[in-house]
Amino acid sequence: MATVHIPPALRKYTQGQEEVAVDGANVRDLLGNLETSYPGIGERIVDDKGAVRRFVNVFVADEDIRFMENLDTAVKDGDEVSIVPAIAGGR
Amino acid sequence: MGAASTLLPAGAQLAATRRAAPSRVDSILDLVGNTPLVRLGRIEADCPGVELWAKAEFANPGGSVKDRAASRIIGDALARGDLGGDRRLLDSTSGNTGIAYSLVGAALGIPITLVMPENVSLPRKQITRNYGTELIFSDPMEGSDGAIVLARKLAAEQPDRYYYPNQYANDSNWRAHYDGTAPEIWAQTDGRVTHFVTGIGTSGTIVGTSRRLHEFNPKIRCIGMQPDDAWHGLEGLKHLPSSLVPPIYDESALDETMWMPTDEGWDMSERLADQEALFVGHSAGANVAAARRVGMQLAERGETGVVVTVLCDRGDRYFGPMKWEKHYVW
Repeated sequence: MATVHIPPALRKYTQGQEEVAVDGANVRDLLGNLETSYPGIGERIVDDKGAVRRFVNVFVADEDIRFMENLDTAVKDGDEVSIVPAIAGGR
Repeated sequence: MGAASTLLPAGAQLAATRRAAPSRVDSILDLVGNTPLVRLGRIEADCPGVELWAKAEFANPGGSVKDRAASRIIGDALARGDLGGDRRLLDSTSGNTGIAYSLVGAALGIPITLVMPENVSLPRKQITRNYGTELIFSDPMEGSDGAIVLARKLAAEQPDRYYYPNQYANDSNWRAHYDGTAPEIWAQTDGRVTHFVTGIGTSGTIVGTSRRLHEFNPKIRCIGMQPDDAWHGLEGLKHLPSSLVPPIYDESALDETMWMPTDEGWDMSERLADQEALFVGHSAGANVAAARRVGMQLAERGETGVVVTVLCDRGDRYFGPMKWEKHYVW
């Protein structure tokens, strides 16, 4: 299980929870499982082609997945995963 | 203004008093405002019969529309005696306002402290620090609202140390546009402006400009644009239904609200650079996308119009992090 940090604008999908525990060997699987547990949140993070939306940053253990293997980036048990809007964030 | 000019209609009077760009000034602050109005000739081709124009706010000395509010806020606070001596100006900002405060503070010798989300880009931290500004960081997960909350707390705890102008609640913010942006647009279009549309951040631009334009001509339609969702990527703009609503926001000053998807704004930023040679930020892109929508609605009805919007800043303020900077946000 990884711990996923949910930003305020998406907490309506997690019943207000700031952190949720989600399984997944890589980011793609993890986001799929996140959608299964919290329907509707997935399409806010990835677009209809399955890519992470341009204005969304996903971090695994403080590393931006765009600078790693993108959706194939491995997620280990206990990793912290953060979903952060790029606004006020340099993109 | 000569006596004869009082006989001219309001539009011609303002045109007669239009100031040319000064060739030399005593202070950098004299260069705030009086920005050029640029015609968007290629975007305009999407809406035949309608003119699209944009205020080039990146021409302000701090590089953004925020120079207007910051210089007015600080000027008014000095005049009231709220600033002066060792008292620091403390405010929250997602970026451009911080740069503007830093510029004005450096020009006038006013010490500045800024609260910003920790994940603002490195160049912004560097720019404000170079003006001598002190930075305090708030939780990146809580965004600009988190910065507001922390700034309020610090100001309440140390009222003698800090003057907290709160741009979201400060009348000097919208007045900068009431006295500057709006009469400039009126003069630069010779009173022909029919529509004004711009995004809502603090709401200072839309509220101040709309109030004054409606005084010039109540038929001018003023449209406030907001991101279409709480989860958006239009930096500097607010989705009010899910945000702290700025106290200066006055919906009655607006004729209409438009909801803008992030992708439409981002796509227009790219198109502006490619087709108009205007490399601007995403909020400027969203503003032009909104102006284009207004223009297309008019063209579909076979109507003409003069639609004006705002180019808030330049795109080089938003370069993404380089690979070697990948740790910069956390």
